Amino acid sequence: MERHSTAISMTALLFAFSSFVPAAPDSQRQAQLQHLLDQDCGACHGLYLTGGLGPPLTRQALSGKSRDSLIATVTLGRPGSAMPGWAALLGPDDIRWLVDRLLQGKPAS
Amino acid sequence: MIRVFLSLSAIALLLCGCAQTPLRGTGDLGVVVERASGSLQIIESDTRTSLARVEGLGDLSHASVVFSRDQRYAYVFGRDGGLSKVDLLTAKIDRRIIQGGNSIGGAISQDGTLIAVSNYEPGGVKVFDARTLAQVADIPSTPLSDGQKRSRVVGLVDAPGQRFVFSLFDTGEIWTADFSQGLTPRIERFTAIGQQPYDALITPDGRYYMAGLFGEDGMAQLDLWHPEHGVKRVLGHYGRGQARLPVYKMPHLEGWALADQQAFVPAVGHHQVLVMDAASWQQTDAIDLAGQPVFVTARPDGRQLWVNFAYPDNDRVQVIDTQTHAIVADLRPGPAVLHMEFTARGDQLWLSARDGGEVQVWNPYRLERLGTLPAASPSGIFFSSRAHKPGY
Repeated sequence: MERHSTAISMTALLFAFSSFVPAAPDSQRQAQLQHLLDQDCGACHGLYLTGGLGPPLTRQALSGKSRDSLIATVTLGRPGSAMPGWAALLGPDDIRWLVDRLLQGKPAS
Repeated sequence: MIRVFLSLSAIALLLCGCAQTPLRGTGDLGVVVERASGSLQIIESDTRTSLARVEGLGDLSHASVVFSRDQRYAYVFGRDGGLSKVDLLTAKIDRRIIQGGNSIGGAISQDGTLIAVSNYEPGGVKVFDARTLAQVADIPSTPLSDGQKRSRVVGLVDAPGQRFVFSLFDTGEIWTADFSQGLTPRIERFTAIGQQPYDALITPDGRYYMAGLFGEDGMAQLDLWHPEHGVKRVLGHYGRGQARLPVYKMPHLEGWALADQQAFVPAVGHHQVLVMDAASWQQTDAIDLAGQPVFVTARPDGRQLWVNFAYPDNDRVQVIDTQTHAIVADLRPGPAVLHMEFTARGDQLWLSARDGGEVQVWNPYRLERLGTLPAASPSGIFFSSRAHKPGY
């Protein structure tokens, strides 16, 4: 997993250098991230993201929240709460993709 | 002639309808939660097989199970507030209600007549008749300052004397609810016990209730023999410590280990199991591990502990010797090991590998895998022997 994300980051870096467009995770990585969202985010936020120890992350619950602040929360965590920062485990592209997924209101697959 | 024979056969069949379902016990049965599909598998430890699947149990992410004292019924607490009573013999849902909006766990009373459920939403504990699932008591938790919500409730256990004990995550309290005088509980509230109790344990004798704190270091301990002494802080170094590492999954305190006068609990965020003297409750050691521990489960004889881990180390299981504190095995059973359950006498250990889509049975003495059973995103595994373990 770690090696894979390194590889993805390297690819992302190369891609960014060559075109200055943020790289989206490839389809294999997207499947991994969706799984992480359902299962590991779901551990606190609920399998259907309806909330638990963590707040609900449904499209409705997130309406009015800015994409940037959500990206910051996932990246750095939320001090004083149980939300960890995921920067140690996920690259910026991964986190952007996850946040966009949440904003689209994707239910558990 | 043929018709007479057929009729006789029919009568014989009717009379011996029992022959199709031979009598059996339920002491060697258990259930595996299939979290994504809202189903249970009923498993038999004697034969290491799955007997049946029960579907229609709702959102089973973070589900837990307790058993009736006759070990026939499993009470399943779902995330969506569902409370289901499943008959292990017929493999059918006997009764099912939606009792809350967002639920985290439950307990069965000492006498087996009451089922208590702890809820995040609406915050509090509801209590039901174990036979009918009719609600018999409602214990709303402390309102939050926003005036809308109430504190989420965690760490609900049963305690001797027909009591339930639980912790209030948002308001930092421990409450006891005593049902010994009837269905109107006597509530005792202990406030300012520490920030964000996230889960709790009770010692096997039912004397000490201890809540792990997420918001600060230490554990909040209530001596149920002497509630008048109030809640004390123990294991002051237990917790996230100075270096507040991100915690990718909250550790569970259920299944914590008490062995050889020592207690073993998962550290929060740190790659360690902490050891404390079970008489003085002072920390005596910290055992370094491969990742952030989630469950620290003692083999029933207390000689070894099995530990699983949070993401991204959740493909591993480490086994610790409780005397030497050495790691005696470093296993990689499969992707996303979520839960481990010993048979009551410890001859088997069952574990769920969620992303491997299987449940594995191990011989915990030889550290050998005996077999696997397919399961859909399995999480919790619960044997009916829990029926007779206080605090489970």
